[in-house]
Amino acid sequence: MSVSVLLSVNGVAREVALDDPRVTLLDLLRERLGLTGTKKGCDRGQCGACTVLVDGRRINSCLALAASCDGARVLTIEGLAEEGALHPVQEAFIAHDGFQCGFCTPGQIMSAVGLILEGHAGDDPERIREGMSGNICRCGAYAGITAAILDAGRRLAERDRAEAA
Amino acid sequence: MNRFDYVRPATFAEAIAAASEPGAAYLAGGTNLLDLMKGGVVRPGRLVDVSRLPGLGAIEWLADGGVRIGALVRNADLAHDPEFARRFPAVAEALLSGASAQLRNMATVGGNLLQRTRCAYFYDVAGACNKRQPGAGCEARGGETRNAAVLGWSEHCIATHPSDFCVALVALDAVVEIAGKRGERAVPLEGFHRLPGETPEQESVLEPGELIIAVRLPAEAASFSRHVRYLKIRDRTSFAFAVASAAAALRIEQGAIVAARIALGGVAPKPWRARLAERTLIGVGPDRPHFDRAAAAALADARPSGDNAFKIELAHRIVARALALAAAGTPARLPALPASPFAPVAGVLHA
Repeated sequence: MSVSVLLSVNGVAREVALDDPRVTLLDLLRERLGLTGTKKGCDRGQCGACTVLVDGRRINSCLALAASCDGARVLTIEGLAEEGALHPVQEAFIAHDGFQCGFCTPGQIMSAVGLILEGHAGDDPERIREGMSGNICRCGAYAGITAAILDAGRRLAERDRAEAA
Repeated sequence: MNRFDYVRPATFAEAIAAASEPGAAYLAGGTNLLDLMKGGVVRPGRLVDVSRLPGLGAIEWLADGGVRIGALVRNADLAHDPEFARRFPAVAEALLSGASAQLRNMATVGGNLLQRTRCAYFYDVAGACNKRQPGAGCEARGGETRNAAVLGWSEHCIATHPSDFCVALVALDAVVEIAGKRGERAVPLEGFHRLPGETPEQESVLEPGELIIAVRLPAEAASFSRHVRYLKIRDRTSFAFAVASAAAALRIEQGAIVAARIALGGVAPKPWRARLAERTLIGVGPDRPHFDRAAAAALADARPSGDNAFKIELAHRIVARALALAAAGTPARLPALPASPFAPVAGVLHA
């Protein structure tokens, strides 16, 4: 059976006619829209490489049917930088060596953006590590990832204060 | 993954009619169902997407002090609702000790009750499993049984129910609201899941097409809020299922326990309420010998289902320690590592 899906992906409206409802959001992004920044690791919700924001919340795109996401607002790693400037979380991952091979990095970064938006971890490294437990890094760059999120969280909070002033 | 028809009904009646057909399954958060379908473990011919049904997404405070949680409330939204976490801190702690942040953003309250066992032999479609294929046999018997049951199991199935949330809920007398072709009914969570017996494929009291619409907690459940904890042993500090877990709730007046609630997870085919153990605590002081006696009562009927006798001693210790933590008082803020027996140590990288 065929299903038609209307999505906002990185701020652009996309209408996709699916010939098969088995297509996940992950496969829609990678195979139909050419957005290959979002990675397929385990494809079972265990590694976090496929993390994207849907309506502002981080999810595993491998476990969401594209059809179920009809009408949703999706943000992927390709949509994070604004006007050519890297997002503060992207900058912090570079500054703190928050990756080695880079395969898990788009998922790590989108998960970190979601974690900071949730606002529960604050500047507590243990709460950040716990909040990032859904993202596995085979290279073991966890120390740099935690440092990057702490740094980016501080910078985003300063930016919010400056904008509010 | 098998081919299926995808339907998205607009009303309860449409949903129930669509899901009453043989081979149909409800889809909500999808975190368990899609995983099972990718492995070929379940093969529904029709998915009935209820994720947008109206009226199932609210946390409602009832006039009598109880709460009604819509079946589509996401795990993360419930755990982080300030009023809910204040009144039912161990339920929030149990929720946050399960899965990952991404999964908790997707997974729903109703789906949590209906998640399937993580028994590796259930997942292995090349092997025999009475739950997956009634009458096929059980390869978990004689197999790797670290995650298998020590309470309530049968010769036909030794799988455990994997939920943390349900363990805290069953301790606090949660009630499940169900809608079906013949109207609505309410079932205590304690009686919602079935023991395997000779029919391990029948996991709950739901009839074909019936839909969980809400879970209620009674007002009395909030009376434990000062002395209630969830404690969970798992093979890594975060993002793992329980090897053994316990919810413990106490009401203490003038140095004596006047009410107690105990439930266990990771050790039984369903969220396991330990009522006899609770009774041993009434009228006694909140101290270690009494907690040990209660833990012994909770595990009195336990027997290994394989090479897993250690789980009986482990669960005993988890129950006793959960009771001691509850007696010490609910922390003002949930710990950084929810339900973990390990406390963070300043300056070290891992707990």
